Amino acid sequence: MSCASALAFALLALPALAQQRAIPLSEVKSGSAFLGADLRSLQNDDFANPGTLWLERGEKLWSEPAGKTKQSCASCHKDAKTSMRGVAARYPKVDAESGRLVNLEGRINLCRTRRMGAEPFKYESEELLAMTAYVARQSKGMPMAASVDGPAKAHFEAGEVAYRLRRGQMNLSCAHCHEANWGKRLLSETISQGQPNAYPAYRMEWQTMGSLERRLRACLSGIRAEMLPYGSPEYLDLELYLAWRAQGLPIETPGVRR
Amino acid sequence: MTARIQLPAKAKKGEVVEIRVLIQHPMETGYRHDDVGHLIKRNVINVLSCRYNGVEVFRADLSSGIAANPYVQFYTVADKSGELEFYWIDDEGQQGSERQSIQVGA
Repeated sequence: MSCASALAFALLALPALAQQRAIPLSEVKSGSAFLGADLRSLQNDDFANPGTLWLERGEKLWSEPAGKTKQSCASCHKDAKTSMRGVAARYPKVDAESGRLVNLEGRINLCRTRRMGAEPFKYESEELLAMTAYVARQSKGMPMAASVDGPAKAHFEAGEVAYRLRRGQMNLSCAHCHEANWGKRLLSETISQGQPNAYPAYRMEWQTMGSLERRLRACLSGIRAEMLPYGSPEYLDLELYLAWRAQGLPIETPGVRR
Repeated sequence: MTARIQLPAKAKKGEVVEIRVLIQHPMETGYRHDDVGHLIKRNVINVLSCRYNGVEVFRADLSSGIAANPYVQFYTVADKSGELEFYWIDDEGQQGSERQSIQVGA
């Protein structure tokens, strides 16, 4: 009996432990805090920020009919400026219909396949990046606030495991750089906290826009670990964990990064 | 090719106005190789020009050193109300153009 109750206690205590923050909320810093002044001002310039080219494309796509129903996003959601305000801040989120965790990209594609009878956009395609950036932009300045309770809890816990898992030839986890050593130098760069609040973002290294998953793949490649295919459940769990780490950070999409 | 152009809608005669141009383009340098080792052909916007009421007021010959999605900023003197025409072409012959009008008052 006591053994069972001890076990129950341990099970209850686990999530509480898991929810302890390695970086307290007061010290959480957006990736833009680790940029040089030039890139920061480029991000804040609503004209010169190259990500705005994708926003324009997204705005057009928003009211472009697609699929069997010949409907566009605007047919149901009307003006994105009001209907999409705050939506991106709550993702990744468990989709009630399928019970699966989806990110913003996944939600857009669910809408396309389920409601519009259209083909899903290919992951990392210009269209999906444009649409995701456009939707996320409507939440600009709003604090990240993904739910990690209820149906999302298991994903959150799996996300933390993924975050702390040592991988690849360098045998590093996300935490080794972005938790234990943020703010220090790695060659010529300052290690950031690895916050996801500006994605999809325009990265100088890519010379184009990319999703958060592309960024995660770049990290995995950097530590010489296996890159998972786009849309893998492990990425989604990790994205949820990252969203929780970033709680309260304002959304900056489209960000500009190194 | 998506392009964004920004200039003031109104200006005083003789005023120096700022013109900003942002064009979506990969600006392939011609120095990179693809996954199987073949050189990727150069494809950059090689000319960007701006005519103000038919007179060329700005021209840039761009090449490999310019980053993707080039951003160009330049200045001209507001002379008469009219139209600014922007024109560009890349190595593959793809052209783009935009027009914007400006109102010049006394």
